[in-house]
Amino acid sequence: MTGLAIDKLSMRFDLPDGGAVQALKDVSLELKQGELMSVLGPSGCGKTTLLNIVAGFLAPTEGSVRMNGHVVTGPDAERGMVFQQGALFEWMSVRENVSFGPRMAGKRPRDYAQEVDHLLEVVGLQEFKEKAIYELSGGMQQRVALARCLANDPDVILMDEPLGALDALTREKMQGLVLRLWKETGKTIILITHSVEEALLLGERLLVMAPRPGRIHREYRLPFADLGVNADLREVKKHPDYAPTREEILSMIWDMEEEIMGRAEAG
Amino acid sequence: MELVTDLWAEFVDVLFTVLTAIPYLIGYILLILATLLIWRGVRRLMTPKRDFGSLKTVTFGDESAVSSNLAASVVSVVLIFVLWGAFTGSALLPGFLHMPGAFTGQGSFAYTAEAPDGSRDDAEVTVLVHAVGEEAEPPEVTPGDGFAKNDSMVVAAYRSELIRVDRNDEVTREDGAVVVAVEGQAIEPGSEVTVENFRVAMTPRGTLNVEPETGWQMEPIWLPPPEAVWGRVVEIATEGFRNSTLAEHLGFSLFRVIVGFALGALVGIPLGYAMGLSDWFRGWFDPIVEFMRPVPPLALIPLVIIWAGIGEVGKIILLFLAALWIMAIAARAGVSGVAISKVHAAYSLGASKWQIMRHVIVPNSLPEIFTGARVAMGVCWGTVVAAELVAAEKGAGMMIMTASKFQNTDIVIMGIILIGIIGFGIDMLMRRAERLLVPWKGRV
Repeated sequence: MTGLAIDKLSMRFDLPDGGAVQALKDVSLELKQGELMSVLGPSGCGKTTLLNIVAGFLAPTEGSVRMNGHVVTGPDAERGMVFQQGALFEWMSVRENVSFGPRMAGKRPRDYAQEVDHLLEVVGLQEFKEKAIYELSGGMQQRVALARCLANDPDVILMDEPLGALDALTREKMQGLVLRLWKETGKTIILITHSVEEALLLGERLLVMAPRPGRIHREYRLPFADLGVNADLREVKKHPDYAPTREEILSMIWDMEEEIMGRAEAG
Repeated sequence: MELVTDLWAEFVDVLFTVLTAIPYLIGYILLILATLLIWRGVRRLMTPKRDFGSLKTVTFGDESAVSSNLAASVVSVVLIFVLWGAFTGSALLPGFLHMPGAFTGQGSFAYTAEAPDGSRDDAEVTVLVHAVGEEAEPPEVTPGDGFAKNDSMVVAAYRSELIRVDRNDEVTREDGAVVVAVEGQAIEPGSEVTVENFRVAMTPRGTLNVEPETGWQMEPIWLPPPEAVWGRVVEIATEGFRNSTLAEHLGFSLFRVIVGFALGALVGIPLGYAMGLSDWFRGWFDPIVEFMRPVPPLALIPLVIIWAGIGEVGKIILLFLAALWIMAIAARAGVSGVAISKVHAAYSLGASKWQIMRHVIVPNSLPEIFTGARVAMGVCWGTVVAAELVAAEKGAGMMIMTASKFQNTDIVIMGIILIGIIGFGIDMLMRRAERLLVPWKGRV
């Protein structure tokens, strides 16, 4: 089968003092090719751990991740990653960053040059391609990170709060860009975010996770991502279902946070 | 307990020396403030600048508002040379800037002798003071009348000379005569009087010790004037010093530094990478590196001399050891400092271990390595000079050490200035290379 299958994933860390932390417990879900899922949850719910396991940076203590039928054992070019802070290579120009994947795969410049130029145009950095990374703003750097990931043509794109460090206006523009790229490329995307609005707007599926142990609390299927592909995101927010869903999820997360605080005070 | 009292005595000694310096320090600070006020006045006369910095109203405590004032730097450096010239009577300075110099030429003072019968008589001592290194004959004087006769003597500037003024008198010391006053001021064995142009002291046996006034200028043997130092530069550059020209001395020092540093980097950087990438290598070398790093390279000089002698090999081993640990630690820090997200990103983009090493870890460690290289070059330069001070046939350090043994202060000062200039030049070159090769440093 094509797509991503996460099967009964559990993750326990041993602590130096002899205790253990259950970061994830029995997390199971499936993503079909081309699905866009946003993951939301209070801090400590294991969403970054989940992403790192899918990326192959961590091995789960139980369960497995299957990608297109084979078990994930380590990082691979089929699963691209976009980090909160670009994780760009400062010693390379914008163009060299974007063409990193094809270059490492041993492709010749004439085979990837056109694709790289096209991607730079899509993310609006055509004029900046010879610039150094440190000459770009934060939003531009995230666009380079997106283009770099896409240039490698992965099946799945894993995004760990990719827009978290951007200002509100840039963030909104980037949200539109992510939706457009998703529709144009048909990639499977998992997006971790702290922002309920972002999760609603970008999540075709929305996963709310609960902490201690990290687990899936609730899953939604939402129409907003499809609407947002062709419409202004501010128009999408006027959809009659938008505000009630946002309130429902907000109070859900709020309750979880309260429970954590209460437990911390009691303990 | 003895140690404590010894140290306390030393401390008191140092404290008093420091206290005597305080008035001069205060004078210097007042001079700085005076030039500041003058500069402010000059600035007020010019059209005001309206750049971002000068329009700030809060500058006290704003670190970004404090940048080095070029005018102050120029004044400070010029002042050093002016002071140097003023206290050495430099020919480069107009005479009115000179501090009062040592007395030279002819002067005199009178002494009063007392015969055993109580009668007194005055006579005059004529003193010719000549510059050091010149020859002079005592001036002719008339004996004068009375039982005390006039004397004459020569003495070099900054030196003193004994004179037995009664040797030509009619009543001498052996007859029971004593000198009781100089220029009317009473004098006795062990005491001293100051007269115009001279200080006259009496030895326990009644001989006079005549010391001409030294003034405020330094004797060339302590501090030669700037033009003498420059003259030495020209002389040694053309004729050489101890069978080698200036270029050879400095070239040998630089050669040792460059070879020693290059070897240290060649071994230290791979060692640092191994320590940053493998816990086994980290554990293996951590005790060695952490122990050797705080050992000053200068402390290794004796051992290196025992093992390798005073030739080039020993020097290069020493500099290799000076650079090795610094470069290893810098490379280790460079590898450890790579953001894990960059490595993760590279893996997710399909890079192999070797490609990550080549395209991520090595370039990412370059800024740290350059910082280490700058430190290592500075340490190596200092170490080579010190090693040459101890023992060498050629080199900047050997040049000043040998010169100091012969009191060639001008060569010593020339050497110190050249060593400083070269050290500064090395650092500037490293900084330029850094800007060129790792332009992203400090801008991420």
